[in-house]
Amino acid sequence: MRQIRIGAGAGYSGDRIEPAIELAEKGDLQYLVFECLAERTIALAQQAKLRDPASGYDPLLPERLRAVLPLCHAKGVRIITNMGAANPIAAAERTRTVAQELGLSNLKVAAVTGDDVLHHLSGGTYRVEETGATAAELGNRIVSANAYIGARPIAEALANGADIVITGRAADPSLFVGPLVHEFGWGLDDWHRLGQATLIGHLLECAGQVTGGYFADPDYKDVPDLARLGFPIGEVSEDGSVVVTKVPGSGGRVIAATCKEQILYEIHDPARYLTPDVTADFSNVTVEEIGPDRVRIQGASGSPRPETLKVSVGAVEGFVGEGQISYAGPGARARGELALDIVRERLTLTGVRASELRFDLIGVNSLHGDRLSGNGGHHEPYEVRVRVAGRTDSLEEAVRIGNEVETLYTNGPAGGGGVTKSAREVVGILSAYIPREIVRPAVHYVEA
Amino acid sequence: MKLRQIAHSRAGDKGNTSSISVIAYNERDYPRLLRHVTPERVKAHFGNVVAGDVIRYEIPSLGALNLVLRQALGGGVTRSLVLDTHGKSLSSALLDLEIPDEPQTHEAPAQGDA
Repeated sequence: MRQIRIGAGAGYSGDRIEPAIELAEKGDLQYLVFECLAERTIALAQQAKLRDPASGYDPLLPERLRAVLPLCHAKGVRIITNMGAANPIAAAERTRTVAQELGLSNLKVAAVTGDDVLHHLSGGTYRVEETGATAAELGNRIVSANAYIGARPIAEALANGADIVITGRAADPSLFVGPLVHEFGWGLDDWHRLGQATLIGHLLECAGQVTGGYFADPDYKDVPDLARLGFPIGEVSEDGSVVVTKVPGSGGRVIAATCKEQILYEIHDPARYLTPDVTADFSNVTVEEIGPDRVRIQGASGSPRPETLKVSVGAVEGFVGEGQISYAGPGARARGELALDIVRERLTLTGVRASELRFDLIGVNSLHGDRLSGNGGHHEPYEVRVRVAGRTDSLEEAVRIGNEVETLYTNGPAGGGGVTKSAREVVGILSAYIPREIVRPAVHYVEA
Repeated sequence: MKLRQIAHSRAGDKGNTSSISVIAYNERDYPRLLRHVTPERVKAHFGNVVAGDVIRYEIPSLGALNLVLRQALGGGVTRSLVLDTHGKSLSSALLDLEIPDEPQTHEAPAQGDA
């Protein structure tokens, strides 16, 4: 049975680069996929593009491509990535210049556009899930609206001979479904196969998370050599089953348990995982260890794709200010609590209007609150870090929150040190759904 | 005993919703997960961390549950004031759940040795 080998070279924008080089070098791949776009990243990229129309793609794109392009070019490994973010065309142009700098020629770069639906959203009556109001009611607070597009334009670009396919807001698994559809000729209405392809994409899309990254829990779940974690390879068979593996000798491990965690990661209802391509069904999936670092996964299926596409809407919604300071030694917790009380009172005295405030003691209750932390007031840490964060309408007020923490240096409890502070504008991500017919993906080509 | 003795877990986020898998190290322990990791118990365990509903999905072929916790992330990763904006650490909090001792079918760690 025919097989293809797909590697995952990145699971998020800031991911390590060496594992992708290792895959390009030793993975015996036909495809290398870089998933680099999160909900938040695209809104930030849209803001960057507003400031400079030539930007808006992943800032690490040149560095990643420089690292792998010579190897991929020499071995005929095709690259698929959503590093186009808010500007796939500019990303394709930049890719061309990287290829030229490297002295590479005969490269066809495809840019997939059409995910930017801002004009539909700001004028339309589509409802925002989180607020129930129409997107138009957000007015000029909307900075971006990107629909999740699917595998079809990616498969089309590959059919037209693209060596590198760069998308914007494509659904993460679709980056892998595209090449499978292209290679095996699976129909875009073959829901069963698309469900399987989506499972394969979902297993691989977070890169190291299936090879032992984000898994280790000493004495319970041990993982060797995490500093040299290898990224995954999917050996995909024409029947839609997959063996997940990695480059021999690389760090990490691929076992049933790492695959199970990834299968269930962020999917909600396992029988109805919605993507632009299919309603995937992972509820009968089985995993089987068939060798060292080799796990076979099968049993996914699917039903018709959703008639609407999810849109990530970026909306400016005010500012967040934060300050932190540390206390240690005997009585650290009491001094930390006193510091929090002081800042609480200061924010009132100085008239900082915050719509929401948090007062945390890192090391005591900052992650899960008092009840889950189980202290009951008895736990005495050696050191504690005070954290105050608040949501404001203006940058000026956000800055004052950090400043009130900073002035604890000479005005607060004894022995405080190591202040950090920050203030930032918040671009919140909201969701809306629009009819898929109005989203028109298009593929543009650049020759290098 | 703690849930951690028989299961592992990973949390993910979408908007203001956290989804947390609970996976039996040994699939023979799956019925124990079904009995003891109920939506009601999970909701009670998290207390005011989870403002919305807890929905439980069952995946017997993996010996696993998937729990979906609504309004659990302080508004979501882009806007939350919470230190762990993704709620990634909630998986560890869930494994701290106390479950009744029963005759042992298996003890962690055993993954990967099958």
